[in-house]
Amino acid sequence: MYQKDRLNNELTIFQKVKNLDYTLIVSVILLSILSLFVMYSTDGGEILFHTKNHFIKLAVFFPLMIIVAFFNIKFWHNFSYIIYFIIILLLIWVSFFGIKSSGSQRWMDVYLFVLQPSELMKVAIILCLAKYYHRLKIENVNSFTSIIFVLSIISIPIIFVISQPDLGTSILIALSGLIILWLGGVKVKYFIYSFITFLISLPFIISFLKPYQKLRILTFLDPDRDPLGAGYQIIQSKIAIGSGGLDGKGFLKGTQSYLDFLPEKHTDFIFTLFSEEFGFIGSVGLLILYSIIIFRIVRIGSISRSNFARLFCFGYAFAIFIYIFVNLSMVLGLLPIVGSPLPIMSYGGSSMLATMIGFGIVLSAKINHKQIIA
Amino acid sequence: MIKSNSGIRKTDVINRRMFIIGVAKFVVFTGIIARLFSLQINENKKYLTLSDKNRIREWKLPPTRGNIVDYFGNVIAGNLRVYQLHIIPEQVENFNYLLLRLKNLLDLSEKKIAKINKLKSELKPWDSIIVSENLSWSQFVKINNYLYDLVGVKPVMTISRNYPFNDVYTHVLGYVSQPNEEEILANEIVQERFVPGMKIGKIGLEKRLENHLIGTNAIQRYEVNAYGKRINQLEHQKGKQGSKIRLTVDTEIQKACGELLKEKAGSISVMDIYTGDIIAMYSSPSYDPNLFLFGISQDEWQLIRNNPLKPLINKTLTGLYSPGSTIKPIVALSALENNVIDTKFKVKCTGKMELYGQTFHCWKEKGHGWVSLKNAMKQSCDTYFYEVSRLLGVDRLNATAEKFGLGKKVLGEYFENEKKGLFPNTEWKKNNLGRGWVLGETLITGIGQGYIQSTPLQLCMMTAQIANGGYAIKPKIIVDNNPLTLEEAKKSMHNEQLHDSGKKLFKNKNNIKIVQEAIFSSTNERFGTSYRSRIDDPKYQFAGKTGTAQVKRISKRERELDLELEQIPYKDRDHALYVAYGPYINPRYALSIIVEHGGSGSKAAAPIAKKLFKLIIDRHELRNKQPNFEEISI
Repeated sequence: MYQKDRLNNELTIFQKVKNLDYTLIVSVILLSILSLFVMYSTDGGEILFHTKNHFIKLAVFFPLMIIVAFFNIKFWHNFSYIIYFIIILLLIWVSFFGIKSSGSQRWMDVYLFVLQPSELMKVAIILCLAKYYHRLKIENVNSFTSIIFVLSIISIPIIFVISQPDLGTSILIALSGLIILWLGGVKVKYFIYSFITFLISLPFIISFLKPYQKLRILTFLDPDRDPLGAGYQIIQSKIAIGSGGLDGKGFLKGTQSYLDFLPEKHTDFIFTLFSEEFGFIGSVGLLILYSIIIFRIVRIGSISRSNFARLFCFGYAFAIFIYIFVNLSMVLGLLPIVGSPLPIMSYGGSSMLATMIGFGIVLSAKINHKQIIA
Repeated sequence: MIKSNSGIRKTDVINRRMFIIGVAKFVVFTGIIARLFSLQINENKKYLTLSDKNRIREWKLPPTRGNIVDYFGNVIAGNLRVYQLHIIPEQVENFNYLLLRLKNLLDLSEKKIAKINKLKSELKPWDSIIVSENLSWSQFVKINNYLYDLVGVKPVMTISRNYPFNDVYTHVLGYVSQPNEEEILANEIVQERFVPGMKIGKIGLEKRLENHLIGTNAIQRYEVNAYGKRINQLEHQKGKQGSKIRLTVDTEIQKACGELLKEKAGSISVMDIYTGDIIAMYSSPSYDPNLFLFGISQDEWQLIRNNPLKPLINKTLTGLYSPGSTIKPIVALSALENNVIDTKFKVKCTGKMELYGQTFHCWKEKGHGWVSLKNAMKQSCDTYFYEVSRLLGVDRLNATAEKFGLGKKVLGEYFENEKKGLFPNTEWKKNNLGRGWVLGETLITGIGQGYIQSTPLQLCMMTAQIANGGYAIKPKIIVDNNPLTLEEAKKSMHNEQLHDSGKKLFKNKNNIKIVQEAIFSSTNERFGTSYRSRIDDPKYQFAGKTGTAQVKRISKRERELDLELEQIPYKDRDHALYVAYGPYINPRYALSIIVEHGGSGSKAAAPIAKKLFKLIIDRHELRNKQPNFEEISI
């Protein structure tokens, strides 16, 4: 045992490769290949802009995931706060000098692609809080100062992201942060109280929403209110999914997407196209693939010896779950439309970069699962 | 290394809470799968339909109108293949260049070009503009030859209404033309099936039977994208041609009527006295309804509109005339029925009759001497009928006249503009003119002048109902599913059943017979007013009553002058009328003839009847062989 611990610190490259989690890697590869096919379909059955760029991003970020995995989990532990801090700086930079597009300012040009720092924050917040709770004594978890501190850590990026404005990502960051609080052992009653407070203050929150966001909520409650305007996206999405049936309309045969009835089919509504062409069987298959990934991450977390790795894996698994839940609920008409991509499937560099880095850290946790972090 | 107590506790907390989340995740994913199941499996049909509704758009093509045929099945309103030229603006690269090319190829006028430009700005870019509705074959070939250079031009073969007998049936059928917005909105079926270029009935039966004739649209289904652009054609669904309508009319007789009234203003109606079938119904002059199909030119329209003989008026149904002496059989019948006179009753005609200081003239200045009913009818003695109507009174006369259909519409349900005419009585005058009835007015009513007004078709029906022995008939112009056969008609008349038709109109059958014989003598005995137009062959022999309707009061000076017809201005000439039925033995057909400003009935109208009766009787056998039945849905 002692010997192994010592060995762990000095894993050779071969041991690292051997210790990689191949179930996770194969699942991610499958998902990537699937995403390429779907992207090919959104391009109308040709290799055009989106397919090409999606492939390039996969080709760059997948190796990046392996590189991230080869860094010791200790490294990620040590640099957690710094990473969080750097991304906060990026968010500040973006709020001043960012690229504007369709009314919001969230991007920065990083030569290879356009980076959206808020996407990275979705992972960084987990990293940061995992380290915090790893180091926090269990007795202090429910202390006033600790909770205030943690809430501030979550609030700072959210303030920047929400002012971009980007409600979807803010919610995802908030949920990713809160889950670590939950896992860290913050009292259940606090969650219940906050939830009640949230419900009570909901009308006030809604009054602060931008008009288009209010409209989205109204539309969610009744999509037929304005079928050609605000309700159009959700109605068309439901038509596409519903008309897919048991086994779908067939690859490249989704009429809703092919004839341009689907909005945002490359990004937030990619599942709609997939579901139209591959039907209920395909959709459930995709969910199973995602479930395997989530389960695998949870599994890696539960074999990790350090609470940092455990917290990160559990938190990240939950984050992936939340992304899928929010995205699918949105396209299925179960939640209002909030911009949130489907991991790996959706077109978008920052989302993929963040997701791959997250997977990389999980793999690092796997490689170093016996690593103890003081 | 040994873990601290705190570390183990923390790990426990994390694991326990992770378990709760795991359960939550499972529940949520199950929920999502349930939602997918409900959308994709349970509601699959609904969403498939919606998806098809999204992607499939239908284009309606003009429906093909049903044919209208005469009794013998000859098409009198049919359809012709025509060649049209359409432009689809969104496919045109250079609109002005295209118009220039077309202008040279088809000799389009500047006005037409302007019209096309106006249409282009009004229509959606994918709606086709009809440049020419009726290309000649050579133009069509020319366009097809240059098609490579005419991007966005579509030569189209389509179907258009056609009236093969030109002006023969105009007033019966009416015509079709492009509807205006009001006309589209007025008819729900038209509204539903309307496509640009479609034509609807504007007047006559074409209008009245629109909903039967219209047919259903052929439908082309295309797959379209979210912006409405056609991607590919999926299906072509053929439309159903409108119902075929068979009329009771006989084209040969109708044509003969047209010939007989050539260059005259007037009307001829021929009717089956038992079934009420209208054999012919011609109003002269007529015009060619084909002119209206592709938009009539201003010149042609002015020519029709300004014709003094008024071709636009359907004189048979909307022309109102004083019946003149043709009313005398009804006066005689009414007097007989009311026991005012009998066959022995005589009046001395001195050429005029004085009443309260007013003089009422007989047409024969010297007078007829002592006349009985038969002689009075034969020679159309006015004095006799002055005296009879004085004794009868206008109200009793009115009652009989209304029974025989005067003052009521004959075909009202099919021709909305039909006039109902007027047969006055004392009450009518008081209500409408606010003055009391004057006895003198009774006298002139008795010779068919004064307030009394009737349509030619009413006179025809009146005659038919005297001819069939005094039974009511219901005239009709469309052959339907349950026609009254001759046998049925006669039987119902014989049994005096209160069938729709066949209701008896007399008190004493003998009275009808007396009147019939009087009418017979008028045509077939010496000194009869239409004796010169008689036919002796019993096969064709007919009985008729002339009428001459004054259009203006004859002044004393004019009476003394006794001018020839040609010396009187056209507008002031009398209308010539004739009503008749035949053959005299076993009568079958009744007719009424009116020649506007034709002069006297015996000279201008009765000779027409002579020519017509031969044809009518000759056609009778052929008509009898045709089945009197048509499976149609009206």
